[in-house]
Amino acid sequence: MTPLRVLIVDDEQPARARMRELLDDCRAEVPNAIVGEAANGLDGLDLAAIHEADVVLVDIHMPGMSGIEFARHIQVLEAPPAVIFVTSHDQYAVEAFELDAVDYLLKPVRAARLAAALKKAVAGPRVTREMLDRVDTQPRRYLSVNERGRVTLVPLAEVLYLKAELKYVTIHTGEREYLIEESLARLEEEFGILFIRIHRNCLVARERIRGFERVAGDDAEASWAVVLEGSQERLAVSRRQWPQVKALAKKA
Amino acid sequence: MLSAGASRPSTLVEHKALSISQKDRTDALPDFRNLGVVARILLAVNAAALAAALVSAPRLAEISAQFFEIAFWVEPSLFAILSALYAASSALARLRYAAGFACTLAIVAALAAATSVAQVLLGRVPEWPGLQYGVVLAVALAAVVLEYFRVRTLAFSPALAEARLQALQARIRPHFLFNSLNAVLAIIRRDPKGAESAIEDLADLFRSLLADHRKLTPMREEIALCRQYLNLEHLRLGERLQVHWTIDPGAEDAMVPPMLLQPLVENAVYHGIEPGLAAGAIDIHVGLDGDRLRVALSNPYYPEHQHRQGNRMALANIRERLQLHFDAESKLDAGVEGERYGIRMVMPFRKAS
Repeated sequence: MTPLRVLIVDDEQPARARMRELLDDCRAEVPNAIVGEAANGLDGLDLAAIHEADVVLVDIHMPGMSGIEFARHIQVLEAPPAVIFVTSHDQYAVEAFELDAVDYLLKPVRAARLAAALKKAVAGPRVTREMLDRVDTQPRRYLSVNERGRVTLVPLAEVLYLKAELKYVTIHTGEREYLIEESLARLEEEFGILFIRIHRNCLVARERIRGFERVAGDDAEASWAVVLEGSQERLAVSRRQWPQVKALAKKA
Repeated sequence: MLSAGASRPSTLVEHKALSISQKDRTDALPDFRNLGVVARILLAVNAAALAAALVSAPRLAEISAQFFEIAFWVEPSLFAILSALYAASSALARLRYAAGFACTLAIVAALAAATSVAQVLLGRVPEWPGLQYGVVLAVALAAVVLEYFRVRTLAFSPALAEARLQALQARIRPHFLFNSLNAVLAIIRRDPKGAESAIEDLADLFRSLLADHRKLTPMREEIALCRQYLNLEHLRLGERLQVHWTIDPGAEDAMVPPMLLQPLVENAVYHGIEPGLAAGAIDIHVGLDGDRLRVALSNPYYPEHQHRQGNRMALANIRERLQLHFDAESKLDAGVEGERYGIRMVMPFRKAS
């Protein structure tokens, strides 16, 4: 059996060192090769793609990007690695995991338990994007796209607007566009604080609204379009959404 | 269970009790220097005045006028009496309960009479009631108030406070346990000596957790405990954890409730250091301010990471234990101060006897 390519992601160096020792301990039972170590989710996403990891052992409780957000982003890869969460005592995550049958290891980790989890991770059912979305209590800090086999992260702060096209959503930042496979409704749910819906197929970043422009209309009710900072686009506001959008404008 | 006080010849109230269980079980006068006691006396007397106003007012609309008239007469006496009792407090406490009771009433009578005479001389003739009647009323009211305190002390007997303290102690959840064990496991193979020392620190922490919370402990030990705890956390967080201590000379002698500081430091690490990618600093200040001990703690604040209730529970726990030991003379405030989160505690400075 070819050794499993394992990536360790944990912000604490002693914890990563310990995980190496444990992987050594169970190498006889489950052949494995440690392809790398990362101290944060961002590096972890890069290393997982570069080294084509089969399994990632990721700590849930990390500053910057949590382990759960990391797991959500890694799903955009063509053949995402299996994810095994490791936690010291995050009771909220653990409870949520148990409901969704997401596998996790409690620190201190026993070698036997690690071996069992590794075997299960590659053989058994994979955790899905939906499960992770449900389990994550925090909104993501980034949106992720697969570009040339790597995970490209788009910080939410840079997103000007999101537009739905058939099954996909395009992300528009000041510089470019990205295509992601998510539902606009779900995005509105997760990022309601940051975005406002101006149209059935469009979400706009609240902080980027500079103003409104009247669009020539023949009825008494003219329609409006949003003017965004950093973009030339004028995005049409639907009649239905106009009252809420107007309320936001008044507040500003 | 005989308390330490029972061996003394007369009933003594230990004003500077170093342990809740040491408080004498037999009858005792209230501590007239205690803020809570003074507040209750003020409230009781004014409530009585209000009741008198309600009863004696000819019409409903005149109740407040009547109350102010009574207050006009009562407040100067009350002020004089409370001042005298404050001054005589330790002397009164040395007497047996019956003698102390009688002396207190005598002080009340004397001062009630004196202030009434003074009021008459100053031209503010009291309309209601007459001078002797007023003195008798004051003494009767004082007797009722003292009895109230005696009964209250029975109701809030040490047994209840002790039980409550033990319950609060049991509630302290040592999350640091897992962090420490993991840190030790991480170094045990390549640095066995370091691991040994870390486990010894952990043993000390556990000993404190299991110790008797009814007794106060020296601040010195509490600080040492925090340093040991921070050593353990340093193993795992490295440079991310920076701690700055400022301790006034003499402050370490203060006697404080056990596990006063450690849970707060633990929260500071969890909420203020762990969410940060870069190094963060925890500032701890232990200071003396006359006869008060001031403890302040601050850590970096991360608004997005405040969804855990553990912080509030630890604060409520410590606040209640401070109240059980020090009543109204202790304070705990917490809040966001700019980019940091701060906790401030004040309590009476008591030295080990």
